[in-house]
Amino acid sequence: MRGQSNFGAPVSGVSRRDVLKFGGAAALSFAAVPLLAGCSSGGSSGGSSGPGSITFGSNYSDPAPKSAFGDLTKAATKSTGVKIDVNTVDHNTFQNNITSYLQGTPNDLFTWFAGYRMQVFADQGLIEPIDDVWDKIGKNFPDSAKALSKGTDGHYYIVPIYNYPWVVFYNKSTFQEKGYEIPTTWDQMITLCKKMQSDGLIPFAFGQQDGWPALGTFDIINLRLNGFEYHMKLMQHKVPWTDSKVTDVFNKWAELMPYVQPGATGRIWQDAVKTLEAKKAGMMFQGTNQVAAQYVTDNADLDDLDFFVYPEIDPTWGQDYMDAPADGFCLAKKAKNVDPAKKVLEYIGTGQAEAAYLKNDKWDVALANDADVPSYNAIQKKSVEVIKACKNVAQFLDRDSDPGFADNTVAAAVDKFINSPTPATIKSIQSSLEAQAKTVFTAQH
Amino acid sequence: MTETEKQAALGPDAASAAPTPRRRRRALRLTKRDRVLLIVLLGIPLLADLAFVWFPAVTSVVLSFTSWNGVGAIQPWVGTQEYKFAFTVDPQFWPAVLHNIIWVLVFGLIATPLGMLFAVILDRNLKGSRIYQSVFFLPVMLSLALIGIIWELMYSQNYGLINTLLGRTGSDAINWIGNPDLNLWAVLVAASWRQVGYVMILYLAGLKGVDASLREAAQIDGANPWQTFWRVIFPVLKPINIVIIVITVIESLRAYDIIYIMSHGTVLPGLELLSMLVTQYIIGQTTRIGYGSALATVLLVIALVPIIIFLVQSFRKDEKA
Repeated sequence: MRGQSNFGAPVSGVSRRDVLKFGGAAALSFAAVPLLAGCSSGGSSGGSSGPGSITFGSNYSDPAPKSAFGDLTKAATKSTGVKIDVNTVDHNTFQNNITSYLQGTPNDLFTWFAGYRMQVFADQGLIEPIDDVWDKIGKNFPDSAKALSKGTDGHYYIVPIYNYPWVVFYNKSTFQEKGYEIPTTWDQMITLCKKMQSDGLIPFAFGQQDGWPALGTFDIINLRLNGFEYHMKLMQHKVPWTDSKVTDVFNKWAELMPYVQPGATGRIWQDAVKTLEAKKAGMMFQGTNQVAAQYVTDNADLDDLDFFVYPEIDPTWGQDYMDAPADGFCLAKKAKNVDPAKKVLEYIGTGQAEAAYLKNDKWDVALANDADVPSYNAIQKKSVEVIKACKNVAQFLDRDSDPGFADNTVAAAVDKFINSPTPATIKSIQSSLEAQAKTVFTAQH
Repeated sequence: MTETEKQAALGPDAASAAPTPRRRRRALRLTKRDRVLLIVLLGIPLLADLAFVWFPAVTSVVLSFTSWNGVGAIQPWVGTQEYKFAFTVDPQFWPAVLHNIIWVLVFGLIATPLGMLFAVILDRNLKGSRIYQSVFFLPVMLSLALIGIIWELMYSQNYGLINTLLGRTGSDAINWIGNPDLNLWAVLVAASWRQVGYVMILYLAGLKGVDASLREAAQIDGANPWQTFWRVIFPVLKPINIVIIVITVIESLRAYDIIYIMSHGTVLPGLELLSMLVTQYIIGQTTRIGYGSALATVLLVIALVPIIIFLVQSFRKDEKA
């Protein structure tokens, strides 16, 4: 502080102008937001690359997937001779800006998700169909993977690289020590939760601050109670959200809520995993791509980690379905180097390439039939088995439905439910979801 | 007279002469060069104002009557449908309005008076007054985003300072940011921490500018310190009071960054704010530019009210002078 003179400045003139500036800035900041969407935040690296080189927009921003992705692109360059310039963007930022990114100056190839979440953008003409690539790589993939990679128009738009199952994780040592058994039915699971609680454990670690993890619990209970077809119909709003079968899902979930880590809406899932690592929690339901990956990141004991498939609720469906989201790569409509980019995609669609990616990835599994991955650990081997055992796999609530609707609207409703799992809340969020779904799904489709 | 001297002389003169009737006579006497200079000096800021303030503002109002999803041509036109959706369907809209109002009230009834109180106390030339000033002013020099990070660490459920001090680190740890009944207040404490210092510094500047003879005169007339402040000093500080009211309202309405940091960019239950909803719909995977613009327009209208009041007030004063 330089002293008095700072504060003795002529009052009225300066401050009024300041205020006007503030007013202007405030008005500008409110008003300018819509325009923000018009500016691409994507990479500036596109453009000047010559023949035989492409740019690749990547949302693999966490250290472990980033290095695995680096290995993949290196292997691709080695095999195809195409130089690849990777542009890595934080994954939340990447996803949130995807619309303006794809309309601006996108990289040639970009990382994305299979299912409806890809189809929305394909329908809007932002992704280039790659049927000719699939002519060459089709034989490598099972029919389920092919179905995931098609748009609503029947053309192929994505080459998947891996997928991973959503399952219930636990520490082997905890189960051994306390003599717990793997539950295969809902009642057994509730009994186990009660036992864990009396042993001073949090039965289910849970973090929902990011808005999406709890959607997985909704999905699995819905799949167990109402089956795969119903899930897909609900996601596309062909069944109203006020349907009594949706009420059943929330009611079932409410039975579980007393055993779930409280305050989930203020906890990121990474912190929930840490509760499991510290053996303060008995179980956690999430994808291997999160739980197992976090164990690796935190240098926790990955060998102690194990999982089981979500227990059966209705014998009609047994354990036939689960969420097993697939990630992959798309070609942007505005790509500048189409031919070399397709060459790279052809390479990525081989078992050899998936194996190269998975060399340093200890949680995802390959989709290609011919992928031979000697580096699989116990979690990955089991993942392959449980996915194969499913009659059908769903992608995820925000991949099977309109992603904006899922991540804003359904997530907010689920947050409300988590904070107050009562019949009154369930009723109010169902009618609110239905009212909002009507607007969203008629406006766009 | 050199060019720069002329420019310097012209600048403040032209500005202060604006509203008075003498202006016309003087304008006639301006040389051609002066007139060109005036046009350039006024034209550039005017263009910037139109391009960066009015164009986006009008555009978002126009967009609010569409349900454009951000891809391709701007369509379809849906009239006031998006507004109806906000007012009747969106479950996050009214909580957001309520939270914005709570924010204004907390700033207006707690943070601002507290800042004024600090200013009045520090104005009495206490020992170490400058140290106190620096301490209270320090948060103002930090960006709200940084304040968000600092307080997020303090509020962290499992590792935070506050829960550690309260001794609640086990399963009874308080979830400050996740609990929808607590989190708005937790954030308001953090935001007020900064606002108090901000108001204090503005008010202190005002107090320093008060003519000391006023205070003396009041004392000679036998007024006690309380009366001196409320009857003499406070009315003299009218311009600064208006500034503070406007700042309080505007700071409350543009509250965004601190919440964005603390909630990691998602709209958490209990922390819905209009500004958060606007970005949620406009910056997202499948954008609803139309709906986001409607929300932005609502916010713009609310923000215009205090600005208009302020402008009317200050122009009226200029006319009298």
